[in-house]
Amino acid sequence: MFRRLSRRALALPAVLALGLSGCASGAGSDEPAAPAAATNLTVFAAASLTGTFTELGTAFQTANPGTAVKFNFGSSATLARQITQGAPADVFAAAGPAPMKTVTDAALASAPVTFARNRLQIAVPAGNPAKVDDLADLADPKVKVALCAEQVPCGAAAVKALDAAGVKVVPVTLEQDVKATLTKVELGEVDAALVYHTDVIAAGDKVEGIEFPAAGQAVNDYPIATLAKAPAGDLAQRFVDLVLSPQGKDVLVKAGFEAP
Amino acid sequence: MLVGPALLGLAFLVLPLAGLLVRAPWATLPARLAEPQVLEALRLSLLSATVATAGCLLLGVPLAWLLARVEFPGRRLVRALVTVPLVLPPVVGGVALLLVLGRRGLVGEWLAATFGVTLPFTTAGVIVAEAFVAMPFLVISVEGALRGADQRYEEAAATLGASRWTVFRRVTLPMIMPGVIAGAVLCWARALGEFGATITFAGNFPGTTRTMPLAVYLALETEPEAAIVLSLVLLAVSVVILASLRDRWVSTP
Repeated sequence: MFRRLSRRALALPAVLALGLSGCASGAGSDEPAAPAAATNLTVFAAASLTGTFTELGTAFQTANPGTAVKFNFGSSATLARQITQGAPADVFAAAGPAPMKTVTDAALASAPVTFARNRLQIAVPAGNPAKVDDLADLADPKVKVALCAEQVPCGAAAVKALDAAGVKVVPVTLEQDVKATLTKVELGEVDAALVYHTDVIAAGDKVEGIEFPAAGQAVNDYPIATLAKAPAGDLAQRFVDLVLSPQGKDVLVKAGFEAP
Repeated sequence: MLVGPALLGLAFLVLPLAGLLVRAPWATLPARLAEPQVLEALRLSLLSATVATAGCLLLGVPLAWLLARVEFPGRRLVRALVTVPLVLPPVVGGVALLLVLGRRGLVGEWLAATFGVTLPFTTAGVIVAEAFVAMPFLVISVEGALRGADQRYEEAAATLGASRWTVFRRVTLPMIMPGVIAGAVLCWARALGEFGATITFAGNFPGTTRTMPLAVYLALETEPEAAIVLSLVLLAVSVVILASLRDRWVSTP
């Protein structure tokens, strides 16, 4: 009895590890017997790429019948940590050079290419209740401002932009990622926040975006690279090629990214 | 038959802690601990968890009494509702709190217009978020103690002319004290470790709302070693306090 139990106990962590790695090949048994080549492609991508990469993943599957693209979207720093800890990924797309550097420093990827740029905007709740129309307005103590924490890319970019403009802002909160910052604006809890142009577009009617000149000083580069130990081999490069192609550029620009 | 799985369970719970201890940057530990941000976050954590527990005692003990001693229609539903924060992901709890107590929330809008009080992004907001998540632990523990207590003592007191309040204060409360303290300790520990509802409802700013768990999460983004140090501090403080409380107050009969 105990022996049987312990064998099951061994299987459990294995199942967990599969689920956590984000490359669950669950539907495998239903698929027709595939050719010997790998048919699963695992892409680790920054959370801000969720919409665009999901669309490109569908296009990739149509162009390469029999392949399944799996995504793991999340904070770039977290993804980089997962990759250096051995998560089986094929492609890594980060929201800034720093997380990519973590991966290239560990010799797990080489020659990353910048495929998109993202620019900060001032996001205000629909109707702009605090009448914000410039970066300098955020310095007013009556205006409640949310920023990303400096530890995450959007926060670092916000600090850079504010420094460049010479504006001193005391935020009421430093949020853990850009989506959380945006939520505070959507709910009207703050009067303004600095988030990416793409996030303003994704939020639709609930949020208005205001451009400001100093944003040009803090443009965020998005690098992409295939990983050295990519289980999917050539397929990884084909996906990167799609992202860099005119078709990929179209999808990204439509979502508010800028071409590099 | 039972010892094997028991040891496996113990190892499962203790090994991650051992991992923290093994990987801790012991050489730079004193320097990191002396940083003012660490002390600031620790002070805020202890203060808010303690005030939240006090609030939970004030509201939670009467609620547990209501559930255990008073018959009313829909009692089972109310009991289920009380445990909702236990199963609700704390982040969702934080959003729910924003929708009710936020600046544009159902109650929050009125609070802001009438008293000029807004809870999000304040230490009071941290306390509210922690109390919301932690109170069910207290209520369940106290209700259990009330159900286990012999009601004949209360009935005897009542027949001798004691009012409901006197019975509760002089007879019931002393009887269930161990349960109340155990519940308060659980509640405090849960409040101390609270992350999701706090960062969602109260935000994150050093000195006002950045408690230890929030500091740990942000440190993890850039400096895993600093995160380990902060976790060790939180761990040490809670182990010391819980261990001393257990020995003194929550002795098993």
